[in-house]
Amino acid sequence: MSVTLLEIDNLSVDYETARGDLKALRNISFDVNKGEIVGIVGESGCGKSTLISAILRLIAPNTRFRSGEVRFKGEDLLTRSESEMRGLRGGDISIVFQDPMQTHNPVIAIGKQMTDIQHRSNATKAEKLATAAKMLGAVGIPDPELRLGQYPHEFSGGMRQRIAIAMALMSEPDLLIADEPTTALDATLEVQIIERLKDLQRDLGCAVLFISHHLGVIAELCDRVVVMYAGAVVESGTVREIFHNPKHPYTRRLIECDPGHIKERARILPTIPGEVPDLANLPDGCIFRDRCDQAMDRCAQVPPLARLSEGHNAACWLNHAEEVA
Amino acid sequence: MSPILEVKDLQTSYGTVNVLAGVSFTVEQGETYAMVGESGSGKTTVIRAIAGLAPAQAGSVKFDGQEIRGVGERAMRPLRKDIAMMFQDPTGSLSPRLTIRNLITEPYKIQGMKDRDLDAEAKRLLELVNLPAHFADRYPYQLSGGQARRVGVARALALEPKLILADEPTAGLDVSVQGELLNLLNDLRERLDLSMVIITHNLNVVRHVADRMGILYLGRLVEEGTTEAIFHEPRHPYTNCLLSANPEPDPDARLDRIALKGEPPSLVKRPTGCEFRDRCPMASDICTQVPHWEVTDGHGVRCLTPRHL
Amino acid sequence: MADITTDAPAKSRSELSIILAGVVRDPLGLLGLIIVGAIVFSAIFAAWIVPYNPIAMNIPDRMQGPSWNHLLGTDQLGRDTFSRVIMGGQVALKVALPAIFGAMAIGLTLGMIAGYGPKWLDNLLMLLFDTIRSFPTVMFALAVVALVGPSLQTVVFVVMATSIPTYGRVARTQTLTLRNSEFILAERAMGASVARILGVHMLPNIIGVLAVLAAMDIPTVIALEAGLSFLGLGVKPPTPSWGVLLKDGYALIRQTPWLVVAGGLPIILATLGFTFLGESLRDVVDPKLRKNR
Repeated sequence: MSVTLLEIDNLSVDYETARGDLKALRNISFDVNKGEIVGIVGESGCGKSTLISAILRLIAPNTRFRSGEVRFKGEDLLTRSESEMRGLRGGDISIVFQDPMQTHNPVIAIGKQMTDIQHRSNATKAEKLATAAKMLGAVGIPDPELRLGQYPHEFSGGMRQRIAIAMALMSEPDLLIADEPTTALDATLEVQIIERLKDLQRDLGCAVLFISHHLGVIAELCDRVVVMYAGAVVESGTVREIFHNPKHPYTRRLIECDPGHIKERARILPTIPGEVPDLANLPDGCIFRDRCDQAMDRCAQVPPLARLSEGHNAACWLNHAEEVA
Repeated sequence: MSPILEVKDLQTSYGTVNVLAGVSFTVEQGETYAMVGESGSGKTTVIRAIAGLAPAQAGSVKFDGQEIRGVGERAMRPLRKDIAMMFQDPTGSLSPRLTIRNLITEPYKIQGMKDRDLDAEAKRLLELVNLPAHFADRYPYQLSGGQARRVGVARALALEPKLILADEPTAGLDVSVQGELLNLLNDLRERLDLSMVIITHNLNVVRHVADRMGILYLGRLVEEGTTEAIFHEPRHPYTNCLLSANPEPDPDARLDRIALKGEPPSLVKRPTGCEFRDRCPMASDICTQVPHWEVTDGHGVRCLTPRHL
Repeated sequence: MADITTDAPAKSRSELSIILAGVVRDPLGLLGLIIVGAIVFSAIFAAWIVPYNPIAMNIPDRMQGPSWNHLLGTDQLGRDTFSRVIMGGQVALKVALPAIFGAMAIGLTLGMIAGYGPKWLDNLLMLLFDTIRSFPTVMFALAVVALVGPSLQTVVFVVMATSIPTYGRVARTQTLTLRNSEFILAERAMGASVARILGVHMLPNIIGVLAVLAAMDIPTVIALEAGLSFLGLGVKPPTPSWGVLLKDGYALIRQTPWLVVAGGLPIILATLGFTFLGESLRDVVDPKLRKNR
């Protein structure tokens, strides 16, 4: 039985707009194995939202799949019908979104929302409520039985996000997709939730695809990391490889820029000059070329995502020094 | 030199909810003061109350020696060119139907300075924040978050204010461009001898921008001191929790995290005694008493069991 | 920040051309634009394009059906119906446009004041609006006509007065929503006066919605004028109006059905045209508004 749960294989997605095609994802490839936590690191415009909507097929009408496959348990999701996808969503694949204020239906009590989600199960209503209460307890909501009757507005933002995680994990999914789940929360809440997530993941054994631009959280939580920039994967590898031995200039600069590791007051903080390229007007060659301080002539060609070692891939000509001759 | 801003026992309530329970701090001229707090701490209310945009029922706010707490809009108006605000939502704080040129010259128009060459001022301001001149014809929705923020800075600097109040200046910015904005603020501060009050929950930002900082919890300062002192010798347990809730971008970093229990309490029912004790990892029986603000060597703390190094 | 699925253009074309392009792209919008265009054109140039003088009587030729001489026949006084229809269009717009613009201007102002000002003023204005709306239009028209007699101006006044609450409410709701936006707070932080906030910052964000409302309102107003004229409370004879044509046609429906068609058909066409245009405008303006927020 294969250990690979999700395979993104050479996925390319465009958005058709009045200005031309926005090349939101170009030749994206990476895997998520069973029980593994994979982090996607990227900044605005890197394509994380497009990636998630492609996996779940919750897409805008002007989305065009140009190439590639999204294989879940061996089968290409892109060929599945909408009703099949609906069966997967909230079942084998669950998602937690960024904004805890918008996730829940404001006019239905939390208990009812949590039993509604269990619509696939044959349990009785009482059993479903008990499961819901147990999940609430597992994410750290005090007095869960009492709180089942409350409405979303009676919970704080941090609690709502925890409820969202509880709801996502109730179906014991094979894959949990977490889209910037802690970005809108204060740091102290963020670490609380990350701790919970780690515990739950260990207990349930599900795989997690964790999207964030917060490097510290990624470093703490993930087993493997995929770094995205302007619609392309620039580097992927184990969390140690990525943070201790980055092989792409963008990854290196990103880590340098994170003020979390600059311990003393810096007169001038490092930054990556320039802007993210316009996805409708891509430059030739390497996507990072215009902002890279190590760009060479060779960068006029798009570098391939090359395998540098077991589980460490990077798309940069600097790693191909021996081939230059 | 007298301080540019002196806040004493500032209190703000909305109905029965007491959001600010007596905040006091001072900002010297040329200094950057960071007010650090999480949701519900009242940090946004503090600067809005100082700027006269939120009510303040009691206390004193002295700007350059002049009392401004509770004075009407008429009295505040001439001071509005000396006190400038930057808002948290970079695009949302820009009037959506105006061009950038009109947005950054808005302060001139409001203050009735008709004799200025507004085009020239717009150009000067865009240059000051490193934005290309042709951006003057763009609209807010055409800008990235970072660019919109810089427009906010440009607008704040238009009338050469003495004090800038910045609400989460780096919120929502990508890490790779955060530095740009902070470097810009540092640079401008030196060149123009600005004083700044920065509201944030991001301690990483504070470390590189602020001279002094205060930690706000439930509308009260629980610790205050120089940035150095607070980072190296935090005294209040809440400050400790905040400092340790900052995961490092290093998978092998030691996680000696000081966990914060529970959720921030509701402002409607404030806890008795020390308001932090229900969540404090160091709470003990003595904490049923109300702690007082004590200052040693310029480092203030409100705690009955503070850390000493 | 621009939403990646829709993306923002790098250069800003004039807003009007963007809106126009959007309307033209929609088939119903285009149809509406053509119909409205035809009506407006014939209204403006009515005096030049009418084949006959609309009020010239010609008794020997009365009550004729459609022919090459008289495209829509003649009425009981021998007047050319086609010419009267075209002139009626001019009358319809002469009532609709001033009435709607007037109602929009007054409603906008009062609505902004209600939304931004103190609560007591808001309550007072809402009471005023509700009072106006609870008055049946026809009774109100009767009262006004009894005071000053029927005329074009009377109709304009009645229509305007009864339309003000609609625009007022919408303007008020928009103002209440925008009042707490960050950009309004930023303007207050800079010391902007209330007049400046309302005129420079609120108004441009509200006017789009009101303009769409107005476009959708025009057919209602045209029908209203027609109705009032039909009841004899509107324009005085011999001024031709679609309502008057309907009235005459109704009385003579056994002798010549063409008059009723001539009165009713333009109203139907105008309603369809303005409605298509209005809906298309709303679809174009709405997403822009959302993106701009």
